[in-house]
Amino acid sequence: MNVLVIGELSETSSGLVLNPATRHAVTAGLLCGVVDLLMIGAGLAIAGEQAARIDGVQRVLAMDDGDFTRPSPELLAPLLAQQAAEYSHVIMTATAFGKNLLPRLAALLDVQPVSDVIAIDALDVFQRPIYAGNAIATVQSTDKIKLLTVRATAFAAAPDGGPDRIVVNIAKSVTASGRSSRFVGQEMTISTRPALTAARVVVSGGRGLGSRENFAMLEPIADYLGAAIGASRAAVDAGFVPNDYQVGQTGKVVAPELYIAVGISGAIQHLAGMKGSRVIVAINKDVDAPIFQIADYGLVGDLFEIIPELARELAQEETR
Amino acid sequence: MAVKILVPIKRVIDYNVKIRVKADGSGVETANVKMSVNPFDEIAIEEAVRLQEAGLAGEIVVVSIGVTQAQEQLRTALAIGADRAILVETNDPVEPLAVAKILRALIDREQPDLVIMGKQAIDDDSNQTGQMLAGLLGWPQATFASKLVLGDHGLTITREVDGGLETLAMDLPAVVTTDLRLNDPRYASLPNIMKAKKKPLEIMTPGDFGVDTAPRLKILRVAEPPKRVGGGKVASVQELVEKLRHEAKVI
Repeated sequence: MNVLVIGELSETSSGLVLNPATRHAVTAGLLCGVVDLLMIGAGLAIAGEQAARIDGVQRVLAMDDGDFTRPSPELLAPLLAQQAAEYSHVIMTATAFGKNLLPRLAALLDVQPVSDVIAIDALDVFQRPIYAGNAIATVQSTDKIKLLTVRATAFAAAPDGGPDRIVVNIAKSVTASGRSSRFVGQEMTISTRPALTAARVVVSGGRGLGSRENFAMLEPIADYLGAAIGASRAAVDAGFVPNDYQVGQTGKVVAPELYIAVGISGAIQHLAGMKGSRVIVAINKDVDAPIFQIADYGLVGDLFEIIPELARELAQEETR
Repeated sequence: MAVKILVPIKRVIDYNVKIRVKADGSGVETANVKMSVNPFDEIAIEEAVRLQEAGLAGEIVVVSIGVTQAQEQLRTALAIGADRAILVETNDPVEPLAVAKILRALIDREQPDLVIMGKQAIDDDSNQTGQMLAGLLGWPQATFASKLVLGDHGLTITREVDGGLETLAMDLPAVVTTDLRLNDPRYASLPNIMKAKKKPLEIMTPGDFGVDTAPRLKILRVAEPPKRVGGGKVASVQELVEKLRHEAKVI
């Protein structure tokens, strides 16, 4: 089976780089066959080198052209539809980019895609969560090409390794000049912390923190643990933190080694986004909060006393 | 120019219902369960009505594809402020690709300038239909919208993406899918619920559009997710740190 993984690119000050999220799609792809990794962008030198080092990738295909600066799904989908015809599977990681692009591509190929795949049981049989993760459906695709988005938390990131592959440049193919959205601007949250979906430890705050100022209490703990900071929908809606902090069914799905939920009651939508974490800690004053039912270590009490104490304890541990 | 808006909506198990997986693994129990408009679609209806109230939108048409009881959800949309409803009636499950094809055919007939719909339905959580519809039509798409501005020169949409927000501009016609923070949908008032009963509701079938709705995905099994064994407690911060360090070995 020949698998096409579509690479996601990120802008940095030194140029376009391969988004690490793509490595999860490579791992899923290797379960289905031989993997080609395709990238479309303007200036792919760095990303190409990165992709060529990933273990298991057979070929890196690069469509590098000045017209492909911040390419829209309207532009990408027809280009990809031309490339996809030779493959048995086309896979992307279920990031905002993948979710936006892959269904549009599928429509052009007349394929019913499978979203948020968490397990590959056979070349045509996939497991995916439905009802906010409260049920798992196993589906068999009857389409000739299988189009999948995969959950990053369910497939490990493919590491570097093996000999460097050669980057094959493919010519820009002619496409119909369809109507497209135009990029106007972006407002990204600047953070020195690890990305929520890639962090080994996540510390999340909820409505219980009470204010934007109080939310900052989590920072020393995140600093000591090298953690990303997340939030419940309630905390985001209350304006404590920006939207992209949200962990949950409609926000980000995370599965770190350690998840610390502070002042989060544990609405079903939040649990859907974090219950795959290896170890869960819950700190909440309400002994009946649903979060305790899934927590490995629950601590009932006033978070305004517990959090500073936890920060002190971790600081002490560090100096020991 | 007042734009005509099409809002596709889906009848789903209510947000607050704790779902039950059927014992035979064929699906999720839907008998005697409260059904509602998919919450993201409610946001789409609200956005369309706000545009109309601002004098920017003309007619708002809501459409649903599904069982005859989906008329209830269409009436809810009419009570919120949509002008007219269409039910494409079928008892068979219809996958996102087939929904997108039916909508494309309906759009040929209705000629809306703008489609606003939920980013995903909270039952199958596919997050596909809007993107597929835009692809079939060759229209611009703006998914996961948290802000929509309709001006003389088209649409400006702020989208929720990984790591922040992105702003796009596009000409009409276009497809927009809604994220949670686009607006807070209103409750329909009793007078509006009464008025909605008199608004037109047309019933059609997938066959009217010549669309084959045969599923491409075979559901082999629906199961409960693995149960997480939780409920453990610690008495103090010291015990917590000790356990995390020596028992769980995560710090």
